[in-house]
Amino acid sequence: MTKTADTAFTPTGFVYKSTVLPEATKKDHKKLGLSNDDVIALFKEMYLQRRFEERAAQMYQKGKFGGFLHLYIGQEAISSATNYVLQPDDDIITAYRDHGLGLVRGISPKAGMAELFGKGAGCSNGKGGSMHFFNAEQHFWGGHGIVGAHIPVGAGMAFANKYLDNGRISISFFGDGAVDQGALHEALNLAQLWKLPAIFAVENNGYSMGTAVQRHTATDIYKRALAYDMKHAVINGMDLFSMIDSLQQISKDVRENSIPYFVEIRTYRYKGHSMSDPGNYRTKEELDEFKQIDPIERLKTYMLDKKIIKQDEIDAIMDDINAEVLEAVEFADSTDFPDPDTLYDHIFTGEQLIHDHKKTTFLD
Amino acid sequence: MPQLQFREAIREAMQEEMRRDDRVFLMGEEVAEYDGAYKVSQGMLAEFGPKRIIDTPISELGFSGIGVGAAMNGLIPIVEFMTFNFSIVGVDQILNNAAKIRYMSGGQVNMPIIFRGPNAAAGQLGATHSVAYESFFSYFPGLKVIYASEPYDAKGLLKSAIRDGNPIIFMESEQMYGLKGEVPEEEYLIPIGKGKIKREGDDVTIVAHGKMLYVARQAAEQLAKDGIECEIIDPRTIKPFDIDLVIESVKKTNRVVLVDESHPFGGVASEVGFLIQRDAFDYLDAPVQRVTLPDVPAPFAKNLYDIWFPDTKQVIAAVKAVTYTN
Repeated sequence: MTKTADTAFTPTGFVYKSTVLPEATKKDHKKLGLSNDDVIALFKEMYLQRRFEERAAQMYQKGKFGGFLHLYIGQEAISSATNYVLQPDDDIITAYRDHGLGLVRGISPKAGMAELFGKGAGCSNGKGGSMHFFNAEQHFWGGHGIVGAHIPVGAGMAFANKYLDNGRISISFFGDGAVDQGALHEALNLAQLWKLPAIFAVENNGYSMGTAVQRHTATDIYKRALAYDMKHAVINGMDLFSMIDSLQQISKDVRENSIPYFVEIRTYRYKGHSMSDPGNYRTKEELDEFKQIDPIERLKTYMLDKKIIKQDEIDAIMDDINAEVLEAVEFADSTDFPDPDTLYDHIFTGEQLIHDHKKTTFLD
Repeated sequence: MPQLQFREAIREAMQEEMRRDDRVFLMGEEVAEYDGAYKVSQGMLAEFGPKRIIDTPISELGFSGIGVGAAMNGLIPIVEFMTFNFSIVGVDQILNNAAKIRYMSGGQVNMPIIFRGPNAAAGQLGATHSVAYESFFSYFPGLKVIYASEPYDAKGLLKSAIRDGNPIIFMESEQMYGLKGEVPEEEYLIPIGKGKIKREGDDVTIVAHGKMLYVARQAAEQLAKDGIECEIIDPRTIKPFDIDLVIESVKKTNRVVLVDESHPFGGVASEVGFLIQRDAFDYLDAPVQRVTLPDVPAPFAKNLYDIWFPDTKQVIAAVKAVTYTN
């Protein structure tokens, strides 16, 4: 008979080392086909994401806007590498930690910050907020708040690309928490059965909210792919060049052979799950260990070592980006809230059908 | 005019729209090689091939989501559920994604998608296979809900739905698929949101949709023998609901019975009854009455089912209540 006093279901106790990084690529930027200017552009992009979110956090703490705010800080190599490798019309969809991918896919710091502030000039007209950034024109399809629910949608984008035979692929990002959802499994099965040109990319940052990966999922995440006989990879997401190296090979395979691919990207988020999270479930040592290998700092060092850029040029870039982000904050703060009438827009294409509106709300 | 079965009318609507627009495709369980669980899609695989008539696994969450993504990315999916009872496994894709993404994106994303299939009870199928979901889906902003009762309406409304450009719930019934009705050979469309007077009468207004139209008709025929003439309104679309047509009729008859195969709490009849009391209060000569399912899951046993399912006798009793006749 089981001794119930000793029974525990979810593994308990502290888990150190929530995520173990695979080896980084040995290839340098030239070998990967990047010019010096490419490297500098990627640095700018990563630093913009970092500064944008640091300022956003400050503004949130100052009470400039409400709602949830999930920061991507620490994970910027993933978004930047993705945007660099994929074609501009490949389809990207992600979960609610979406600012980084939005910024690399053409959402301006002003439009992004204005969305956080809930302003009409925001990238989703103030209708979406932090979790629902969209830039459909540049094939950035959100920004989704229900864990795992957008994974079949990403597969559906790949379905459309295959149906239309347009040569495009889709990539769906989601956190390690989403691998426990049934939506992932149904999407993987259909994608493999139908040979959809889709990349399923887990950003395993070690924690599903406050629950370490070993406490929320039964095996290594990449093994999900084995059950569907799907090609898979484990990538070091703290290293920009590793991300580029892997994604170049994977996206080529997916595009040329119309197959799905499951990618476990190991990474780390420096901040809490959201702004209200003090992070008591992890150690300072773990956090510091990952900050030591910060992808932005290491790229800076790399650029200096390889003499791609001089320190004063880096300083100037960073000053410019700081100024750009501050300008975005000022814009977001001063621009108008959405016109009240827009409450009733964008429900349908064509006529907005709003059931029994005037008589029910007692509004003018 | 040719007589078509309900299933044939739906099939014709899909065929015509697929011939007209390459972006339209059908997917669902058993729609292709099996020729449709209820033979709605019979012959469509042969005409359109496996690229556009797609068998899915029993994976409602997965293929509903694929439909949503495909709609966002330039296609017009028709997603068939073997019944709406099974849509519930994938309903997050309908309620959170199909219905809301356009709004949350500030209008950047289009969502032209049809979710269709049989709805509500169809005999002794037990509690999980017998639910009327039209009021449930109508609760959500961002969805249009159609529940046709006759082949003519079904064809014209489904064609409009496919061209509408928005997420649409299109409901049918296993028990109506074999019903025949006149369907013109020439093309026609029926606007979404417009009800139709299916029987004219001056004494009582009966509002009935889906299978309840037939129950209401039988009741009306019997009541006519007693000199009570019922006007039957079939809303055809649950959302948007053509309340103006109902109010117009109530102003003439001053008495209403709502026949709804939903459970009573929060069903279609609840909403329509509320609207009538507010907008036609001074015209009513009796309280609005409704005939619905009881607040009880569907039973299996035949005798229990027959008690459970709304029938002609109940409608007659309700009409007698609003006319104060015995």
